[in-house]
Amino acid sequence: MFGIPRSYLFNRFVTFLLTVWIAATLIWIIPRLSPVDPAEVMLGRMASGGAFVEGSEQILQSLRERFGLNDPLVIQYFKYMWAVVTFDFGVSVASFPTPVWTLIAQALPWTLGLMILSLIITFIIGNALGAFMVWERTPRPWKVVIPSLMIFTSIPPILSGLLLMYIFSVKLRWFPLTGSYGLTVTPGWNWDFIASVLTHGFLPALSIVVVTFGFWTLGMRGLMISVQGEDYVNLAKAKGLKPRYILYKYMVRNAILPQVTAFALKIGLLVSGQILVERIFSYNGMGKLLYDAILDQDFAVIQGVSFIIILMTALSVLIVDMLYPLIDPRIRHQAEAA
Amino acid sequence: MAEVSAQTQAPEGEAKGRFNRFDNPWLNPKLLWGIGILLGIVLLGLIGRMLWNTELVFTGSTPLRLPPVGFENLRGQPGEAAFPLGTDGAGRDLLALLIIGAPNTLMIGAVASLIGMTTGIILGFSAGFIGGRTDDVIRILSDVMITIPPLLILVVFQSVYGDVSLLLMAFLIAGFMWQSPTRLIRAQVLSMRESGYVKMAQLSGASTAHIMFREMLPNLIPYLFGSFIANVTTAIVTAVGLEVLGLGPQRIPTLGRVIYDAINSGALIQNLWWWWGLPTALLAVMFIALLLINLGLDEISNPRLRKI
Repeated sequence: MFGIPRSYLFNRFVTFLLTVWIAATLIWIIPRLSPVDPAEVMLGRMASGGAFVEGSEQILQSLRERFGLNDPLVIQYFKYMWAVVTFDFGVSVASFPTPVWTLIAQALPWTLGLMILSLIITFIIGNALGAFMVWERTPRPWKVVIPSLMIFTSIPPILSGLLLMYIFSVKLRWFPLTGSYGLTVTPGWNWDFIASVLTHGFLPALSIVVVTFGFWTLGMRGLMISVQGEDYVNLAKAKGLKPRYILYKYMVRNAILPQVTAFALKIGLLVSGQILVERIFSYNGMGKLLYDAILDQDFAVIQGVSFIIILMTALSVLIVDMLYPLIDPRIRHQAEAA
Repeated sequence: MAEVSAQTQAPEGEAKGRFNRFDNPWLNPKLLWGIGILLGIVLLGLIGRMLWNTELVFTGSTPLRLPPVGFENLRGQPGEAAFPLGTDGAGRDLLALLIIGAPNTLMIGAVASLIGMTTGIILGFSAGFIGGRTDDVIRILSDVMITIPPLLILVVFQSVYGDVSLLLMAFLIAGFMWQSPTRLIRAQVLSMRESGYVKMAQLSGASTAHIMFREMLPNLIPYLFGSFIANVTTAIVTAVGLEVLGLGPQRIPTLGRVIYDAINSGALIQNLWWWWGLPTALLAVMFIALLLINLGLDEISNPRLRKI
């Protein structure tokens, strides 16, 4: 396929399947090790609503039957695996007859939208700053300002989120405090709704961008330093090409490639960071769903959300790995030579 | 530990006339600043315990929602000198919470990272040095585990088991901290295995353990430190994440737990900035210190970065 060696594709795909399988198994084993009986939790929830539940013993039995808790563990495991493959995570306990998948399907677009938006902004800003940090013609003040911006890199997005929320929502009241769209607008393709979504999404996205662009900047800086000394850059200078032209066409284009692989390793952290940002902004995504489920002790939802997020992470790593040989032909040639 | 390595590096510098002992790469200002700030936080915890009444971390031991000294809260109450950093909505003194909470948070990071590092060193060396099947299994396992975000597996775990102790939390996080050191060390070992001094040691009949730990390990020290610090950061981020979701230790004060309580009680809207702001600021300082250490270590192990 496009000159990418088969063995490479095969390896990546097997790693992906293994990741998903191990994650699914972990999620299955962990609750089984605990003494808590999900059927009793469910019954406890009913009892707390109506004080006394008649025929509780029968209900307990039928619930166990329904959750498949009477089967041998091996059967339970295979049933679970099949359910996972078909995205059937059971029903939510907190909002009772709603299937977990429906809840996830409602939350997923918000999370994906926020993630892709903040990722694109971060990638552009981060790499540009990294390139300018090394370039000889960057104005002096910038060379002082950019490294000091790096301080933010180390802070997790939840802290920057709290700070931005306080400054811009509580003090200045420029942006709404929480939620992903206003209460007065009706969802749909109308201008009010889109504007509301944008103003609500701005701060969560900003709090992710502020603390993650430094990762790209630092990586780009290192790569630019190594590209800077290359012969072809010197030759381009000797030819008298415009410095700006050399920067974009000779240096950045070569330096930016390994950034893509570095990204694959960071996806997991980015996703977890975003989950927490969604929680503090009460953004309608997976993070809020997860947090509400933790409060409600809704295990089915917790399991479903965790699995889907891990699946998303593994999938994006797979995509990056697949795209990489297309972006960087050197990988293809190496594989062919070997 | 940095000092020990500094001594071993010193003679090299003295041998060449142009360099003096002030050129010692381990005396990197970023590294020293980072270590200094972290030591400050640890000292705050240690000395604070002796000087300050730590009983004040219990609920209801202080008046509610007092601001820090020199400020007024929305009810017009001024801060009291008895509670210099203010109190939270459940009647706990924030200074006491920070004194107890900050070292707890750092400890989770350090313990988790230390266990991960040790496992990583053993696995990385085994994979790189023994090769064959061992290498395949370790490589695939670390490739697979590195893509699983620890936060989500731990959320499943802790939502089932409820309260956990600090140490158990550190152990759980450590289960996700061995992958990157393993990969790093494996790659380094593979490239070093072919180098002259390792061949020399092999020819002179040194045992595998001797070559691994006496010949190769010292060369990896800057990388190992870097990886260790990066892992401490990740571990603390994960721990704080769990705490902010309301999981983690329930009865022991941690910085994340204070932030969780603050968000849940609407401290942001009620303008109780000290409640969420102080632990946030302390965590931010902690992360900045860790970043400085990491940048310093980068410059030590990669001299090309020192120019800029």
